[in-house]
Amino acid sequence: MNQPASREAVTDVVELRIPAKAEWVSIARLAVSAVASRLQFSIEEIEDVKLAVAEALVSSIARGGSRIDIICESLADGLRIRVRNFGVPEQPEVIDVASVDESAASSLGVFLIRALMDTVDYDARAEGGSDLVMFKRLPA
Amino acid sequence: MDIKVTVRESKGDCSIVDLSGEIDVYTSPKLKDAIGNLIDRGVYNLVINLEKVRYIDSTGLGVLIGGLKRVREHGGSVNLVCTNPQIKKIFDITGLVMIFGIFDNEDAATKALV
Repeated sequence: MNQPASREAVTDVVELRIPAKAEWVSIARLAVSAVASRLQFSIEEIEDVKLAVAEALVSSIARGGSRIDIICESLADGLRIRVRNFGVPEQPEVIDVASVDESAASSLGVFLIRALMDTVDYDARAEGGSDLVMFKRLPA
Repeated sequence: MDIKVTVRESKGDCSIVDLSGEIDVYTSPKLKDAIGNLIDRGVYNLVINLEKVRYIDSTGLGVLIGGLKRVREHGGSVNLVCTNPQIKKIFDITGLVMIFGIFDNEDAATKALV
């Protein structure tokens, strides 16, 4: 998680736009799994990417907005995924993973993303919404 | 993608909740309702069998945590049956292995409750 984000050039891009509704999350999970599989990640790594993206989508849905964009960028050394929401921007500084309660689910989600991916960044956009950018490194 | 929830009675006042499919932001309300109905009926010892669950996310974890919190208020508990390494990994990462009893089979999970 503390490794620097990749500076490699993007080779291929796969984009998916879904309505910001719970019933579409499984479709995005499948699509991202297929991309990760295409890039030769292991089964365990594909599961990691799938869950991390799903958690980002759950967080995005909770923030409102009508749609979510998922942009998968193939790099020489891994996969960068940008989950763009158009609702209330992410506020990672208020995350508290210590509380154990049903209401802690969203905190668990962010905790999982950070644990499963190599780098995670948040970019608030001036025009509203925010991007959660995560990177999974391919094994050397 | 859906989840199937089946409830069986077991020894003592324990109920077994068999789950199969995927527990995510769309399907977890169904699980929440099933657990809530059991607790409303006075069942406070639950074994939740995750052996046929292929996927769980934080909303599913939240439902399990919420159920555990409610039964604990009545002196009960929730044990899980889980053998899927990927699902176990999620409980490990989140530290929930410290909160739930997690067992390899239903017998062990039930015996630890009653």
